[in-house]
Amino acid sequence: MSKVNELFRQDLKVINMGLKSFSQDLKKQNTEVLQVDWRPPAGGNPRMIELLNRLKNKK
Amino acid sequence: MIEQLIQKANEQVLEIIQNTQPVITGIGTALDVVPGMTKTTILHAGPPIKWENMSGPLKGAVMGALIYEGLAANAEEAEKLAASGEIKFDPCHHHNAVGPMAGVTSATMPVWILENKSYGNKAYCTLNEGLGKVLRYGAYSSEVIDRLKWMENTLAPVLKEALELHGPIDLKTMLAQAIQMGDEGHNRNKAGTSLLIRELAPFIVKTSFHEDDKAAVLKFMHSNDHFFLNLTMPACKCTLDAAMGVKYSTIVVTQARNGTEFGIRVSGLGERWFTAPCNAVKGLYFPGFTEKDANPDIGDSVITETAGIGGFAMAGAPAIVQFVGGTPKDAVNYTTSMYEITEGENKSYVIPFLNFRGTPTGIDIRKVIETGILPIINTGIAHKEAGVGQVGAGLVHPPQKCYEDALEAFVQEMEKEGVI
Amino acid sequence: MSSKCLIKKNSYYDSVTLMIITKEVEAVAGVENAVVVMGTEHNKELLDNVGLLNEETTAASPNDLIIAVKMKNDNIFEQIVQKVDELLNKKKTEAGEDYCPPTLDSAVKFMPDSNLVIISLPGQYAAAEAKKALLKDKHVLLFSDNVSIEQEKELKELAVERGLLMMGPDCGTACINNVPLAFANAVKSGCIAVVGASGTGTQEIMVQIDKFNGGISQAIGTGGRDLKAEIGGLMMIQAIKALAQDENTKVIVLVSKPPALEVAEKVLKVLKETGKKAVVDFIGGDEQLVLKYGFLPAATLEEAAYKAVQLCSKTYEEVLNSTAPDFTDSIELVDNMAKAEAQKLKPNQKYLRGLYSGGTLCDEALKLFTKEIGEIYSNIPLEPEYKLPENTTGYKNCAIDLGDDEYTVGRPHPMIDSYARQQMILKQAEDQEMAVLLMDIVLGYGSNDDPAGSLFNEIKRAKSEFEARGQYLCVVAGICGTENDPQDYAEQVRKLKEAGVIVMSSNAQAVRFAIKVLKEVAACQR
Repeated sequence: MSKVNELFRQDLKVINMGLKSFSQDLKKQNTEVLQVDWRPPAGGNPRMIELLNRLKNKK
Repeated sequence: MIEQLIQKANEQVLEIIQNTQPVITGIGTALDVVPGMTKTTILHAGPPIKWENMSGPLKGAVMGALIYEGLAANAEEAEKLAASGEIKFDPCHHHNAVGPMAGVTSATMPVWILENKSYGNKAYCTLNEGLGKVLRYGAYSSEVIDRLKWMENTLAPVLKEALELHGPIDLKTMLAQAIQMGDEGHNRNKAGTSLLIRELAPFIVKTSFHEDDKAAVLKFMHSNDHFFLNLTMPACKCTLDAAMGVKYSTIVVTQARNGTEFGIRVSGLGERWFTAPCNAVKGLYFPGFTEKDANPDIGDSVITETAGIGGFAMAGAPAIVQFVGGTPKDAVNYTTSMYEITEGENKSYVIPFLNFRGTPTGIDIRKVIETGILPIINTGIAHKEAGVGQVGAGLVHPPQKCYEDALEAFVQEMEKEGVI
Repeated sequence: MSSKCLIKKNSYYDSVTLMIITKEVEAVAGVENAVVVMGTEHNKELLDNVGLLNEETTAASPNDLIIAVKMKNDNIFEQIVQKVDELLNKKKTEAGEDYCPPTLDSAVKFMPDSNLVIISLPGQYAAAEAKKALLKDKHVLLFSDNVSIEQEKELKELAVERGLLMMGPDCGTACINNVPLAFANAVKSGCIAVVGASGTGTQEIMVQIDKFNGGISQAIGTGGRDLKAEIGGLMMIQAIKALAQDENTKVIVLVSKPPALEVAEKVLKVLKETGKKAVVDFIGGDEQLVLKYGFLPAATLEEAAYKAVQLCSKTYEEVLNSTAPDFTDSIELVDNMAKAEAQKLKPNQKYLRGLYSGGTLCDEALKLFTKEIGEIYSNIPLEPEYKLPENTTGYKNCAIDLGDDEYTVGRPHPMIDSYARQQMILKQAEDQEMAVLLMDIVLGYGSNDDPAGSLFNEIKRAKSEFEARGQYLCVVAGICGTENDPQDYAEQVRKLKEAGVIVMSSNAQAVRFAIKVLKEVAACQR
């Protein structure tokens, strides 16, 4: 069975990244949802992103 | 392979933190026991700072210490002496010591002596003076000096003898219990203080001192919920000192503030400080005070968060979040969010409410920068003018710049090492 | 006029929150312009546009909150900053907020059995997060737009390889296991699956299926570009294949703007292989192609829904030549209503003006109008020569998609925020030649809490302006919503009627009614 068909048989469990209202709507419908308090990696600071990447293994 | 190098080093740091066994071995005089101490040395909280750059409460505490030491007769003389260049100012952290708020430690002050039984290193901290007008908040009036003298002449000798009768006290177990009893070891020390009194009381009674003195000592400890703070701090200090200097580690082993600047040190970068101006503390003010009265963040007590308790253990001490108008759920969220930036979970300090999960331990500078989540610190707020004392308590974060600079330096170091 | 700004370091808020706040701040008396944004390069351009870019705002990082205000007198600035703080902090409930992990990694640790990730982050970050989710074997609904077609292709190829749904980018509507997602209506459960490359198209079909007493098994959004040659229908095909195996689905409805021919054939071939009955609405596309594969085409979204419901219990042959009734109400009643409206109009009033929040609904209006009357202008015209002239709010017969980028700069979509439509109604009202104002009212999760109420005052004002000129304005609205939607359908209808609006239960009916009125007017003039 494909993963999509598996999904059709499961209870929806949602991770929501972005608009909080989507989470609130799902909660109202008793659907399990986890809101991510997302922010840009390293605050969007290009220098910090570069530094962090330097500390990662080269692919 | 850099990731593996860092990972291994960080695991090693965490292992040291987990294995550490801090015990109280005794009480001594700073000049006798604190390494590098001289009669004209004043130790202070936070990263290095010159007299002219010190904030009000730190200046006040320095002046008070000079009067206490008999090096100055009054405030005016003390100020002149402090500015003269004859006094050596140095961070507690450079002497295996820590101090709350101003953190001022001078030659004849009694200090707790702690030993890390697993690694053999020691840590020192003055005895806590209590609330109200106290030296650590920059107060230097005669009542402050008189109390310090009483502590030197009565409190310390009584406790010293009681400790000798008792033998070394295992602080790790005591602190672990306190945390399960609603303390977080930084801004709430009620349980720890009580446990210490319970442990010491029979031995205090057995000392050779006059009954009035013994009663005064017990009463003094009982009247000060923060008495135990000056033990959690050196316990954390000797834990983290053992983890200092592990090559390739990105774990923070020192965070401290001198009231002007916040400084951090990273295990893999050794003794280097990364500093930036302190943030303002967000919190509740005592009646009659507002944030306009507040001094910027001050004190070495953030050593507790650095070791995985304090703000990091807030889920176990929900009362603390009321300082910022929060709910118990917020307290849980604060602790939960700290797992995002730490290497592991503490094996000794666990939180019942989180299913006895260990507190988040070992701040990784990479995770702090990547997530933008800064360590959460519970702290007291000092009045910005010397001598007024505490005006509130609340929550504060380190300035992000410390972490950015540390990351920058770490990458440079790795370049120098030729591993990236 | 003076300007002031305040930078709050390391205070990240999502753009929608800030836009809503900006709106409220602009409503403060004495404020000329207010900009409450994160310090991204794009936002700095916005600041530059309104003359609020200075040294301080230039130095802000994408993680810094900028509050910049141009105002008559800067003594209100402090009050504005306070208001912003209040609005940013007001959400706190008494029990405290649940923990919100900061990253997808961490969220998956908290909810390891999560199966769907909904992403509505800024476009430049969205694709990377979607990829992470797919690599963790999670299905994805990517609401964000501004994701390149190359990224879309990469994501969808990855999803197909892993057997996952990759709905979007720019997927506004889905309904999985009867849970409405993003912008979607509360509809009955049933045996019809909808696969849509159009958000409002899918919404209207779901709503109309519900109205005809049918039900939905699944509604899967693919994003608007899925049937372009570059993507080749990757997700529509993936969805159809899954629906083929889904025993709850008896009938499949496809809805999309006319696809590339080779993609259409590919999709229809896969659809054929399912052996299930299907209605294919390639909106205004080649009906013969659909018939060739043995499926039913549809002239309107409502008709697609009607046929799908019929197919649940009937054969193709039985349904082939049946069409949905033009109106829910009897034709006599509707004719009388149209006549009554037309009679109130003055001879110089001849034009239709459509103000739409749903792009596909606007497109449907254009098609129906063209067929019945003729040329109609739009910002999304059927033919390039009918492109609405620049800097005009109304031109001859026209219908505007207010969800198009040019109208949404700095503001939430018009389905959430009625501001753009409110302004447009008032501008259109100045035009004496307008006869009929046509609108869509989209209900459901995600949409404005009270769309009818949010337009009430402007509709009344427009009507009274016409009255003041001795004229009349006919206002027609099609409601896309069901009785189970959170907005309270009956109350929405009541408010619209109270404002003097003729309310129709589908977009197609609303357009047809508007056409009827215009034809009456033309007939009278003759």
